[in-house]
Parts: sequence; structure tokens; C-alpha cells
Amino acid sequence: MRRLLEFLFPPKSESAAIARERLKIVLAHERANRDAPDFLPALQKELLDVVSRYIEIRPDMIRVNLGKSGETSLLEINVEIGEAKAKPASAEAKAGIIASFEPAKPAPSAHPG
Amino acid sequence: MAKVVVVTSGKGGVGKTTTAAAFAAGLALRGYKTVVIDFDVGLRNLDLVMGCERRVVFDFINVINGDAKLNQALIKDKRSDNLYIFPTSQTRDKEALKRDGVERVLDELKRDFDYIICDSPAGIEHGAITALYFADSAIIVTNPEVSSVRDSDRIIGILASKSRRAERNQEPVAVQLLLTRYAPERVHKGEMLTVEDVKEILSIPLLGVIPESESVLRASNTGTPVVFDQESPAGRAYLDAVARFLGEQRELRFVTPERKSLFRLIFGRA
Repeated sequence: MRRLLEFLFPPKSESAAIARERLKIVLAHERANRDAPDFLPALQKELLDVVSRYIEIRPDMIRVNLGKSGETSLLEINVEIGEAKAKPASAEAKAGIIASFEPAKPAPSAHPG
Repeated sequence: MAKVVVVTSGKGGVGKTTTAAAFAAGLALRGYKTVVIDFDVGLRNLDLVMGCERRVVFDFINVINGDAKLNQALIKDKRSDNLYIFPTSQTRDKEALKRDGVERVLDELKRDFDYIICDSPAGIEHGAITALYFADSAIIVTNPEVSSVRDSDRIIGILASKSRRAERNQEPVAVQLLLTRYAPERVHKGEMLTVEDVKEILSIPLLGVIPESESVLRASNTGTPVVFDQESPAGRAYLDAVARFLGEQRELRFVTPERKSLFRLIFGRA
């Protein structure tokens, strides 16, 4: 009886719908990243070089991100300096380039362009 | 003005060479002088699909390196006066396909041909990038299947950023979707992505849908582009796609399940 029913009304396997949803999600993600400029790693490295002239800092304490906030792109640079120690006064420091810094606050964000 | 058309997909095995052969032959049948070039250096196969594997003497790399003249390497198709095949080399040096050399050869071909069809290798490496770099239009060959759709999306992105038109800020490469190996019965059962699904996900214009068909394997077995098989749904679907490519209006065919007769349902065959 069940076989007859299945023959007359085959159960629908909706795997195509699953494929469609999975594709939409993965492609939305990949398209967002595809448009990301490839200078971010270089920017991060140079920032690290500059900051580490003044404070002892590990590479993972600087994070550079390109995001979106509504219509505007947001270049977000976070420098975590909570446990960082100031380096002994260097020539630049004497010239008054660095000021004091407060620990572990999110760094200011800049809008590119 | 000659047009350079790349047949590409990202993913392998979706029907690029079949499509390049069918499309080139279709354009030739419509009266356009057409050459189809194999860009898959090291894995030459267009010659087999076109049925001219025993006539290859010189190849693409020979011409680029100046070891042979273009007209020595071009193979004239025996079925159509308008159709020429330009085979690639079997060298293992993939970098042999130098961009300036390719440009020189394409410029020379542009003087004699209406359409230059570039059969891209799979992947997004040097060969695939070289194949799409000079394109005016692109045919994105896609199967209704997740990995193929994802790779097509990737290659569409590359066309928009890495092609010569993109680099020069010219009008972008005209990208069109060709859905191949489409099985209407499976779509109907909800087992396969629909034409509309793929079109919506990739959001590019649809050039055609080629149904899964026995005639495609038969065509490659015998080295005959499938458009020469007037009986086959795939061959007719390719000719429709060629017509749309030329700007004509054609209804989509072969996208709904064939109606099976009661006789066929009971006895399993017609």
C-alpha cells in the first residue's frame, strides 16, 4: 500500500532548496571579501613597524579591518596597548611625537576616501 | 570588428570544450568566419572533440615562439568552410603562454575572423587568466550544482577585475550564463537547482540551457561538434544559444520534463 502511495505521490526531496540557500550565504560572504583591497596586510605591517618604535607591541595587538556601516566603508584600526610598555625614550620620542596613551580602548576609526 | 569570446567556468568537467566546439561550429553554420583556440596548454583536447587530432602539426606555442606561421598551425574544419581550429601544445611548461605573444596572435587572427572563441582551461591559474584576459564577451559554463555555481561566481569576479577591459576601465566584458547538463526531471523533483535559481544567484543574463543528453557523449566520441546532430536536443539548444548570442529572441526549450506517455510508463520504453 505504501509503495503504491509513493508511486502515485512520490515524496519530494527538496535538496535543491538547501543547495540554493547554502549558495546564497557562501557567495554573499565571498563577494564581500572579494572586494576587499589587498593592501590590508601591508598596512598592518607598516603600522606595527611605526607603533613598535615607541611601544613594545606584538603583531596580534594591531588589527586592521575594512567593514561597512550603512552606505559608508569603514577602515577600522585597533591598537591594543593595555599591557604594552613604553620603549626607552628614543630620538623621536624626545622630539615629542608620542603622547601618553590609555590602556585598551578601541582605537579611533578612520573613514577612507 | 572581430570579437574575442572566452568560454570559461572555473570548475573542470562542466562542458567548456564541448561548448567551445559547439559554439564555434554554430557560429560558422550561421556564416561567420570563426576560429576556436585551445588555451589548455599541456592538456590538449579541443582537437579530439573537433575530430582533427590527426591533423595537428604545429600549435599555439609554436606560433607564439615564432617557430611556425599562423596559417601553418590553423586547421580547417572539414564540415564547414568558415570554421578553423587552433590546437594548443602538449608542453608541460604552462608559462609558455606569454601574454604579449597571445596578444600578437589574437591581433593577427582578428584581421581574418569574425569570432575568436577561446576555450579556457579549468582553474584560475595562468592559463585560465590568459584565456579570459583579452575577451570582449564571456560564456560562463555552469552545471546546476553547488561547486560549479560557486566557481562560476569566482570567475565572474575575476573577469570584472583582471581582464584587459577591466584594467583599462573600458566597457566590461559581456558575461552570459550557459547552464549545461540540465536535467528537467530532477529539477521537477526538487533534486536539482532550477534555471531561475542559478540565474538569480549569479545575477548575469542567461544565454541558454543545454539539457543533459546522450548526444553530447556521442558527439565527443566521434569528434563531431554536437550542433551537427540536428536530431539532438543538446545540439538544438546550442543553436538556440548561438542565435541569442547573435541578438535574436529564442524561447527556452528542453527545460521541462518530457511528458511520458502511459504506454511508456507501463512498458518502460516507447
